[in-house]
Amino acid sequence: MKRSLARAMVLALLLSLGLAPAAHAANEADYKTAYAAAEAASKEAASLRHQWTVTVSALAAAKKAADGGDFDRAVAAAREAEALAKASIFQAMSEKEAWKAMEIR
Amino acid sequence: MKARTSILLGSLSAALIALALTSPRVMAADKVDPVADAKAFQNFFFQKFPTVKHEDFVNGPYSMNEDMKRQWQEKEEFPPYEFALDAGKEMFATTFKNGKTYADCFPNGGIGIRQNYPYFDEKEGKVVTLELALNRCREANGEAPYSYVKDEMASLTAYMAFTSRGKPMDIKIPDDPRALAAFENGKRYFYTRRGQMNFSCASCHVQSPGERIRAEILAPALGILNAMPIYRSEWSGMGTTSRRFVTCNSQTRAVPLEPQADEYRDVEYFLSYVANGLPISGPGARP
Repeated sequence: MKRSLARAMVLALLLSLGLAPAAHAANEADYKTAYAAAEAASKEAASLRHQWTVTVSALAAAKKAADGGDFDRAVAAAREAEALAKASIFQAMSEKEAWKAMEIR
Repeated sequence: MKARTSILLGSLSAALIALALTSPRVMAADKVDPVADAKAFQNFFFQKFPTVKHEDFVNGPYSMNEDMKRQWQEKEEFPPYEFALDAGKEMFATTFKNGKTYADCFPNGGIGIRQNYPYFDEKEGKVVTLELALNRCREANGEAPYSYVKDEMASLTAYMAFTSRGKPMDIKIPDDPRALAAFENGKRYFYTRRGQMNFSCASCHVQSPGERIRAEILAPALGILNAMPIYRSEWSGMGTTSRRFVTCNSQTRAVPLEPQADEYRDVEYFLSYVANGLPISGPGARP
């Protein structure tokens, strides 16, 4: 009985530790960090002339959510914007040579 | 020892000969050759669609689909671009505040010259499109430039295209490294994938002409600009070449460039040059 109680307590502790980060609500500082990273990647994509419309939309959604005080949503949108911007930068870099494969010769 | 030296020298000679034979090919592949590019481009479409008459490619999706072609031919009896054409004719003849007209800015008074645009301006070192030349004409005469994507510009270019109907596209690339670079830059832009959809212009207009994309039938890239400007039912109005490029970019979820950006000017140069010899059919009408 004692052993099973101890096991249950350890399990509960592990679960609470495991779930803790997910339950943590994002704050303004988290948003600012995520937004700054997304904005930097987005600016790089734009300078390469390979900006995506969805990146711009995700950045706008992040800002709107933050203005409304919903930092969870704001951080999620900023992270999405950063991922999209990084994908567009990858596209710009790989297409520097890859376009030749499509050329009619 | 002698045998070893002979083998070494023999191998070295063989390597040098191989290098000498292959390097011109490598260089040739990197050399900008618009004549060869245009020939290959046209042959690709002629072979892909052997039953389409060459001069019919300028009619876009109608050259790919008989049913659509019949509908379009009926529509041409009362073409939807007619209002724009009339407006353009009137605008073209209207004097600026200083008493001059568009005719003063263009060779042959601006009549029957559409097939020569875009051209490479050796003074500026850049490609000049008809839309750009029209706005420069306005500004040189003290008038405000028109939007590159709205009706006024479409009307003016519609009238100018109409006066060139049937004339073969005749784009020149002068012997100037900057002109060759502009052609190459346009070609690169045409084949480069962009936007979240990861599409290039060629994804639709080289790989899939005649295929449906949603409800539309894709036009072949060959002669695609010969019909500009176009009335599009989808837009419920006229569209310029600038508008076409901007819309294509947006549809692939790429942020469009500003109208008449160098890349757009260069891709217009490339696409027009590879359509040399095909007739001007603008203004056009598309679904």
